[in-house]
Amino acid sequence: MTPLDNVADLRDTDLNDVELDRRLASTWATPKGVWGALSTVDHKIIGRRYIITAFVFLALGGILSLAMRLQLAQPEARFIGPDRYNQIFTMHGTNMMFLFAVPVMEAMAVYLVPLMVGTRNIAFPRLNAFSYWMYLAGGLLLWIAFAIDTGPDVGWFADVPLSGPQYAAGKRADIWAQMITFTEVSALAVAVELVVTVFKQRAPGMSLDQIPLFVWSMLVTSFLIIMAMPAIMIASTALILDRLVGTQFFNPAEGGDVLLWQHLFWFFGHPEVYIIFLPAVGMVSTIVATFTRRPVFGYLGMVMALIATGILAFGLWVHHMFVAGLPRLGESFFTASSMAIAIPSGLQIFCWLATIWAGRPVFKTPFLFVIGFMVIFVIGGMTGVMVASVPFDTQVHDTYFVVAHFHYVLVGGAVFPLLGAIYYWFPKITGRMMNETIGRWAFGLIFTGFNLTFFPMHILGLQGMPRRIYTYQPEMPWSGLNMFVSLSAVILAAGFLLFFIDAIRSALSGPVAPANPWCASTLEWATSSPPPAYNFSRMPVVGSLEPLVDNSGALPVASGLFVDRRELVVTSVVGALPEARESSPGDSIWPLWSALATTVLLIWSIFTPWAVVWGSVPLAIALTGWFWPKGTKEDDA
Amino acid sequence: MKQTIVLDLSKLPPHGLGTASLTWWGTLAFMLIEGTGFALAIAVYLYLMSLAPQWPLHAPAPDLLAGTVLTLLLIASLFPNILVARWAKAQDLRKVRIGLIVMSLLGIAPLIVRVFEFPAMHLNWDQNAYGSIVWVMLGLHTTHILTDLIDTLVLTALMFSRHGDNPRRYGDISDNAMYWNFVVATWLPMYICLYWVPRL
Repeated sequence: MTPLDNVADLRDTDLNDVELDRRLASTWATPKGVWGALSTVDHKIIGRRYIITAFVFLALGGILSLAMRLQLAQPEARFIGPDRYNQIFTMHGTNMMFLFAVPVMEAMAVYLVPLMVGTRNIAFPRLNAFSYWMYLAGGLLLWIAFAIDTGPDVGWFADVPLSGPQYAAGKRADIWAQMITFTEVSALAVAVELVVTVFKQRAPGMSLDQIPLFVWSMLVTSFLIIMAMPAIMIASTALILDRLVGTQFFNPAEGGDVLLWQHLFWFFGHPEVYIIFLPAVGMVSTIVATFTRRPVFGYLGMVMALIATGILAFGLWVHHMFVAGLPRLGESFFTASSMAIAIPSGLQIFCWLATIWAGRPVFKTPFLFVIGFMVIFVIGGMTGVMVASVPFDTQVHDTYFVVAHFHYVLVGGAVFPLLGAIYYWFPKITGRMMNETIGRWAFGLIFTGFNLTFFPMHILGLQGMPRRIYTYQPEMPWSGLNMFVSLSAVILAAGFLLFFIDAIRSALSGPVAPANPWCASTLEWATSSPPPAYNFSRMPVVGSLEPLVDNSGALPVASGLFVDRRELVVTSVVGALPEARESSPGDSIWPLWSALATTVLLIWSIFTPWAVVWGSVPLAIALTGWFWPKGTKEDDA
Repeated sequence: MKQTIVLDLSKLPPHGLGTASLTWWGTLAFMLIEGTGFALAIAVYLYLMSLAPQWPLHAPAPDLLAGTVLTLLLIASLFPNILVARWAKAQDLRKVRIGLIVMSLLGIAPLIVRVFEFPAMHLNWDQNAYGSIVWVMLGLHTTHILTDLIDTLVLTALMFSRHGDNPRRYGDISDNAMYWNFVVATWLPMYICLYWVPRL
């Protein structure tokens, strides 16, 4: 017991650095043990869990794709039957889009955005915990269903009437539709947290023109999620209602319409591509700036390109429906807008090239992945401009050309930057460095394997091979290339295996990382690796876009915060002027109970509509328990 | 990293109100999500209408009485709602308690009227796509009212507990009042869509 223990409302100004760290740790740390793990609201712990879970789903989805490549390696193979194959390609797409790509980008933001804007926790940290449990439950629902032969088999966009009551008996399509609800609830929750964190919790002085580009990209992405995801929730709810209680939304015989599904799905589905791509753009900008030793060329142009992409993303959805028989004028409009979105994307590519040109590039593994991204994404972008043209799209629709195109865009546009980002931020997250030599090998194998696997698919598509077929006849001219593709997939898989081995090995026994191993300029590198529970012992004060470069001597900070309650600073939206010292909610088990109650409600409601009535009772109780004040210092103003 | 203290935050209030409150912004973001959902529901309604040979599909236009009474009731509830928000801002515990009881009752009343709105549509959800969309729109908005009602009831209980008299709670009440305004605001286009568009 020290004399200071009796001081009410102890502030950081009363303490020396060692004592400050000790007291902040006791206020912010997650207690050890199972209960502590289940009730933590630390954005770093939840973000880490999110990232690891998403990569487990990536590995599972990758195994499915290898199974498909084994089946397609030769004509009339008997490895997988048609019914299982339908489940596998549906699971692969659904898993990669809803359980890997979107969550992993949000997961990186959950971990990084609070650190990059210089605050101590994400806004609404309990909602953050809730969102992780919902995501996990949705993922388990899908994979357990698959394990017991009830995996969805209607394609990852589940077009009606195939997924409707007439053609999809059983519960497979319902599993798909309800998995959507789980992942959208979690994605929307994180989007709200990120918007509020970026708007209101930036370090004092970090005005809008000093926000790191990754944070900008996550802000735009969050708005895309908020505006796009309600469409898929309405669509999947209507599908479940059609299947469960006999509504007629998609039944043309009773005034419904099958194209209504496609409109709603793609009004979400196209922005979804940018929900995955924009965070990757932010990662690329961050890595380029660090490894060329200069700020990204054209900051304002980059931000405007992000926002323009976000707006244009909502004007493209019909290009997924060019063969659905829509009016010619509408198709022309969507061709124009699909080509227009290449402009902001191209602008960003040129800004990065200018940055590299004017900088002193250091070719470390994260930067190699960025270069791989540029090459592959540009190829994917060019085939994108090709399929934006209606006559061409009509020829290649539902062929392997489209499969090749979107793997170039999604893997090139998002997975390459993501892997670079993992190599880049790994020391911050784990406190240990990844292995540079293995990293180069992993990059080489993944880059080579990817191109050898997916480039020939363009040709297969032009030769007329449809997607989603479980086998083909020996008379077709496809067997040679298919064997080549399958063998190349082994190279690609080997690259990913090497990456996973490196990540696990480095996390356990890699060299210890300093606070700022890459001499980077953004705030997350101002604190130790890994950061303490409270992120920063004093809140940083920002006066430039590169706070660590421009203040290489000492970090300007603010003082005057309480240390005996979880406290952070709320600042104004535009200028980031300090407005209040705000408490940040403490650990709580109620988000877990609420997620469990929601899970019971959602899964039960696949079987009976009454689940919505009776299942909402425990949910209401759990939410009330969540919000009811517990008399802690954080609950009181 | 070494630190130099350049700013003193000790004079800031220990809790942000209004636009300095994180929950205020969170509520706004959730309103944007739900508003998009309602707008899409209306878009689906108009889309189905554009395809139908006649509208409403195989049913007379809905009876106006229940829907109009509910609309008037919701508009009337705005006045006590604004007063509650004002009292919460003034941190007047006694008036806030009374206002919350009134708002709880004004949350229950539209639910009773809503029971009569479903039969006023003259068809069930499973008869045709028109029935499906009107039932879903009514259902969505009923959930909206119900959610806010439960929130109001919990807040009412909270204000009668020892946790009540606290700036943070008054902030929650303002946010809840703002949300109720939104519940009313989303209903107005839905009301026009459900009751007057079929009469065009």
